[in-house]
Formats: sequence, structure tokens, C-alpha cells
Amino acid sequence: MASNSPQQPGILAGLIAIARRDILLAWKRPGDVLNPLFFFAMVCTLFPLAVGPSAEQLVFSGPGVLWVAALLATLLSLNSLFMSDHEDGSLDQMLVSPQPLPVLVLGKTLAHWLISGFPLVLISPLLAITYHMPTDVIGVLMLTLLLGTICLSLLGSIGAALTVGLHTGTALLSLLILPLAMPVLLLGANTVSLAAGNDVYATGIWALGAYAIAALSLAPYATAAALRISNE
Amino acid sequence: MWKFFHKLTSPPHFYRLGATLIPWLAIPGLVLIAYGTYAGLFLASVDYQQGDAFRIIYVHVPAAYLSMLAYAFMAFGGGIGLIWRMKLAHAVAAAAAPLGAAFTFLALVTGAIWGRPMWGTWWEWGDPRLTSELILLFLYFGYMALRSSIDDTAKADKASAVLALVGVVNVVIVHYSVEWWSSLHQGQTLFKEGGPAMDADMLYPLLAMILGFTLIFGALLSRRIRTEVLYRERRTRWVRELVLSPEGGK
Repeated sequence: MASNSPQQPGILAGLIAIARRDILLAWKRPGDVLNPLFFFAMVCTLFPLAVGPSAEQLVFSGPGVLWVAALLATLLSLNSLFMSDHEDGSLDQMLVSPQPLPVLVLGKTLAHWLISGFPLVLISPLLAITYHMPTDVIGVLMLTLLLGTICLSLLGSIGAALTVGLHTGTALLSLLILPLAMPVLLLGANTVSLAAGNDVYATGIWALGAYAIAALSLAPYATAAALRISNE
Repeated sequence: MWKFFHKLTSPPHFYRLGATLIPWLAIPGLVLIAYGTYAGLFLASVDYQQGDAFRIIYVHVPAAYLSMLAYAFMAFGGGIGLIWRMKLAHAVAAAAAPLGAAFTFLALVTGAIWGRPMWGTWWEWGDPRLTSELILLFLYFGYMALRSSIDDTAKADKASAVLALVGVVNVVIVHYSVEWWSSLHQGQTLFKEGGPAMDADMLYPLLAMILGFTLIFGALLSRRIRTEVLYRERRTRWVRELVLSPEGGK
């Protein structure tokens, strides 16, 4: 590995190393990856049971329900983003490492997205079918979820970093993150609804893409600053 | 210049300055609100579309404006505190948050009361400004919750400053949401090209109310900052001397 060589590993090597480590850790504990997925599937099952099985109602509410469920599932997995690193001291090592902290944070967030966000995108068609969603709309749903979960992981990393040392649980984290996540939800769910109604939906995709790029370039700095504050 | 600035931002100096500042803000503010209330309720002519119901703008518009101004105080205070490590700036941010939440709540309630006769509904999800204002209220709640869950004041200051700065993006969305989504909400009347689309007898009370509310906000904020400063500096010598002095902390 690069870290064994006498000279400093590059920035990209640091990013990949930390992302690889987090993915490996998640691989050893598959429950952490699967639980939010089961949660996602179960929330999506609750709605038809609560509002009734009529097909037209499900077609109408499908995009919103799937998106809200994805948002809540992402939130559920965020609490542990920095927790174990904080407990076993690896976070302190990251803070004192010569690697730029925002890059390490980006690596961790990308790993988090690959572990929790991306699987949601992959199983969403399965649940969308039960909501009688047409195939081309499922494509739009997956695209919005793909961009949206990136935004949510990045936004969530800020909240997770702010609350890392606190014993307040998920409730405070939700209170911090949900107001910030609402524009993402609004864009994502409404884009799918527009696609389902055969309307022009490209604007929503572009806006989500712009949001994802902005979050990708800015959120790691905020998260890094928050981590430094939380670990003073 | 720097010396003056430094003196202004020292907690004991602001504590004394605040005491003289408050009446200068509060008295003109109350006079303006009294004039605005009277003129708005009795002198302004009836709106040809909305009848007398429009008169709630004299509370609604200043409250909505202050809900944003308070957020700006909170975010800029936090930002200045983070960058220049200025203690007073963090005290300003901490003092502005509950005031902002209160004005946001007032704007939402008056908006709902206005919406009932105008749109026939208390609440309309299709309107972006209503929704954004509600999100703003949640942002305030999140900010205050984060602040109160961190025991160490210095840490709470910095963490909540980061949150407030991240939330600025959200407040920008609040502003531009008016243009992003088409809405039920009436367009802007006050600040648009070609001057305000409003008669003078309706406009002047509104301007008086906005200015009056802002002055009262300044007075309340100064008062809250004084309390905040006193609490934060409770272990310093100047506070002890102040409390033990014959005036008893006047």
C-alpha cells in the first residue's frame, strides 16, 4: 500500500484508502448496510397498507413515498458515519494526519454513499413496480435518487460531524438535516411526479445535478470544519 | 479606527453601550409602530380587491422581513465569530436566534390568518414562500437545539455557527423560491422596478411599521445581547465589580 512507502501518499491515494477502509468495514458488518435497506422497503410497504391498495392512488403517491422513505433511510444510516471513528480514536488520527481533512471526509462520505445511498437506488425499481410505476418513470426515479442520495450523504455528513461527540441520538441529527434536505426532496419527488404525468422534467434533473455538484465541492469543507470543532 | 472597533466589540463596553442604546431604539420604534398601527387601521384606504383584510400586511410584512434579518444576524455573527474569534459576535448570534424564530412564527400565523379570507384556506402547500418560511422556522429550531445540546459554550458557538452558515444556502433558496416556482402568493409589491405598486396612504404606514419593527428588534436584540454577555462573562472581574457596585448592575 502507498502508506508503507517512505514518501507521502498523494491526495487521491488518501481518499481511496479511507473509502476502501470504510467499505471493507461495512462489508464485515453487513447488518449495518442491510438495515437501512430493509427500513426503506418497510416504509414503502406501510403506505399502501395505510392509504389503501387502489392503483390510481398508489401511482399518484408513489414518487413522494419512495423519496420520503429514501430520505429517512439515509438519515438512519448517517448517525454512525463518524461515531465508531470517534470512539476508537481513528478520527483523531485523521485530524492530525498531513492529508487535507476535507479530502478524507470526502472519501468517507463517498464510501457512505456507496454503502447506503447506492443500494437504495438499486432496489428502488423493485418497490416502484409495486406502486405501478411505468418503466420509463422508473428510470427517472433511479436517476433522481442517484443524484439525490449523493446530496443527502454530503449534507448529512455535515450534521453527523456537528453531533459526533454528543449523546443525543438521531433526533437532533434529523432536526439539523431535514430542513437542509427539503429542497432535495422537493426537487427529486416533483421531478418524478412530472415524469409520471408526461410533463417536461429535465429542469428538475439539471437542478438536482447542480445541487449535487455544489454539495460535492462545498460540503466536505463544512464537514471538516465541524469535525475540528467537535473534537477540540 | 481599529482601536474604536476593538473597544466596541469588547463585552464590558458593549454591555454599557447597550444600556444607552436601548431607549434610543425602543422609543422611536414604539412611536413608529403606534403611528403605523393607527394609520394602517384608520387612515389607509380600503383595498379594492382585498377589502379590509389587507390591513394585516402591517404586521405580516415586517415580521416576515425580520425573520430573514434575524437569520442574517445569526449567520454573520457566527461567521465573524468563527473567522475573527470575536466573543461578542457569537453572543449576537445566540441572542438573535430566538427572536428570529419568534418573528418567523408571527409571519406564519399572520400569513395563515390572511390566507383564510384571501385564498379560502389557512395553509397552502403549493405556495413556495409559505413552505420556505416554515423551513426557516425549522432551521431556527435546529440551530437552537444544537446550541442547547452542547454544554461547552465555546464549542456550541462554533458548531452552531457552521450550521447557520450552511443554512444560509437555504435562506437564499427561500428568497429565490418566489421566482423558481409559480405560486398562489401575490407577487412582490414593495421592491420592484418603477417603485412600489401601492398608494401613499397605504405605503407610509407600512414603511413606518417596517422601520418600527426593525428598531424594536434592535432594542430587544441589544437587551438579549446584554444578558448573554453578562452570563458568558459571569466569572470575570468586571461582572463581579458591576454586581457589587452601588447601582447593582444598572
